[in-house]
Amino acid sequence: MTSNPALLLMLGAIPVPFLRGWVRGAWLVALPVAGLILLWTTPEGTQAGFELFGLAVEPLRVDALSRVFATAFHVAALLTMVYALHLRDASQQVAILVYAGAAIGGTLAGDLLTLFVFWELTGLASAFLIWTRRTERSYRAGMRYVIAQVISGLLMLAGIVERLHAGAGLEFSYIGLDGPGGALILLAIGMKCAFPVLHAWLQDTYPEATIVGGVALSAFTTKFAIYTLARGFPGTEMLIWIGVVMACFPIFYAVIENDLRRVLSYSMINQLGFMVVGIGIGGSLGINGAAAHAFADIVFKGLLFMSMGAVLLRTGTVNGSDLGGLYKSMPQTTALCIVGAASISAFPLFSGFATKSMIMQAVAEEHRTVAWMLLLFASAGVFHHAGIKIPYFAFFAHDRGWRVAEAPVNMRVAMAMAAIICLAIGMGPAWLYDMLPYPVDYVPYTTPHVVNQLQLLLLASLAFTLLIRTGLYPPELRSVNLDFDVVYRRVLPGQWNAALRGVTQVRTRLGVPLRQRTGRLLEVASGPLRPRGWLGAPWPTHVMVWWVALLLGVFLLMSMLYS
Amino acid sequence: MNDDDPRWLDEPRNVTRLVYGLVVLCALAFLADLFYTKDPHFGVERWFGFYAIYGFVVSTALVMSAKEVLRRVVRRDEDYYEPPERTRDDE
Repeated sequence: MTSNPALLLMLGAIPVPFLRGWVRGAWLVALPVAGLILLWTTPEGTQAGFELFGLAVEPLRVDALSRVFATAFHVAALLTMVYALHLRDASQQVAILVYAGAAIGGTLAGDLLTLFVFWELTGLASAFLIWTRRTERSYRAGMRYVIAQVISGLLMLAGIVERLHAGAGLEFSYIGLDGPGGALILLAIGMKCAFPVLHAWLQDTYPEATIVGGVALSAFTTKFAIYTLARGFPGTEMLIWIGVVMACFPIFYAVIENDLRRVLSYSMINQLGFMVVGIGIGGSLGINGAAAHAFADIVFKGLLFMSMGAVLLRTGTVNGSDLGGLYKSMPQTTALCIVGAASISAFPLFSGFATKSMIMQAVAEEHRTVAWMLLLFASAGVFHHAGIKIPYFAFFAHDRGWRVAEAPVNMRVAMAMAAIICLAIGMGPAWLYDMLPYPVDYVPYTTPHVVNQLQLLLLASLAFTLLIRTGLYPPELRSVNLDFDVVYRRVLPGQWNAALRGVTQVRTRLGVPLRQRTGRLLEVASGPLRPRGWLGAPWPTHVMVWWVALLLGVFLLMSMLYS
Repeated sequence: MNDDDPRWLDEPRNVTRLVYGLVVLCALAFLADLFYTKDPHFGVERWFGFYAIYGFVVSTALVMSAKEVLRRVVRRDEDYYEPPERTRDDE
């Protein structure tokens, strides 16, 4: 008898609304822990498979790749649950459990049909984390989010159908771009893990989520897509360049973005870019690097979102232009945020250093100079906006006079747990390396690596300091920065409205005169047929006889001519 | 501690001290290239202080290009898409 951790979390969500107080809290925390135990006691291999219309369905497959991602999702679920303990309204807690369960279920899916079901379920369940903010703005953002998720699901469904049609079956293993349905499935994954141009929904909608929702969203959807990519498309050359673009372009936006949770969304795309590069390189180091970095990213990005959520809860804003000096009121949140910032920046002793460097090493071993230089640029860039900008503008910079309470205890506990994991990965990554799909012979702590990374980061922070001190650093401004979402939020609706206006105009300009003219034409043409028209009036008999004779004569003449 | 007590960081002199500290650290990091054997994959890694120079140059270039080019092109008013709605959050 085996049971699926995903079902445990999803079914465990049912009693949540009926529980109160500490009982509910204990239940919420116990579920992910129980799921994690269940995951690690499930032996490797596929379980509980059955046949559906002659197709093999394998809803539970545990192997090293799926287990490391599923473990990360359980950790994220636990952290998010602790972070959400203060909520009295159960709707978000239920949504998070279903959402986390769906991501775990998708990761453990052995066939494409199960994957598809969970693929859609993550999209739908997580939309409630945007809607439960209960504002007009978040309602619309949630709709845009759902549409993006559903489109991704439909693309995947089309890809699966194409595979079935080509006789490739339902099994979810290596798909490849050239395989049947490969392009469609890659496109579906590309939407969820924010390939360039397809990324707009992420930075558009994540910052509109609730405080707790932002933390949950940062963990599951995109990393679930990374897992799918790692299983279906390892070693796909194109992904290297897609990943490099993902790592580079968002950092420019992050520098000028005012909403600090949107800055984090951009830095998420940047980090996903590194993982996509790792998968594109493929091989044991590339895939290990992508999986390890996904694990680390789930925790440190969650930590950063948690700290910004705490700021949002206490001050009501996360705009850089309105914040500053919060370290005085929220010293613990500040310290924990800095741990997350150091982790994403890959400072030695923090998690990113032990994980991102595997991807850099994989790129270096293939001697891809341009990609490597650009990723190094992206590393300096992420330090700039996520490593320095986030803590600096929220907690330091100009004291804006915020005198607020420290974050609630449960939030601080969740952040502290995340910070401990960040440090545990950074200081002794062996336990994470042991979980990875391939044996690891990579050593992160070598003198050149530590020194080079410190050189890069210290000089980048010097650049930041000098730009701030000289006033050259762009001030935080209340503004909207156009990204690709302008296409579906402005251009396409604009075109549609223009087209509608055009049609109306055509109707008034052309339609009305045309109808008048045709009416008149009909009147003129039908005039003779009317009762008083010359055709309609009764004719004398002799005239009719003459006409008949004439017609018969013409007929006779014709038949004689052509016979 | 009361939130309104003056803090160490409120004193501009101390901030300047921190900046000098950072400069010293950077100089040390730059000179550290003298003291270890490199294990380069690329030719550029052999340059003296490559990582330090690259880190400084690209991050300055990043900020300045984002400010001078990207912001000029993509910046719009805050109510470009919809009127701003100040949200009172969860609970």
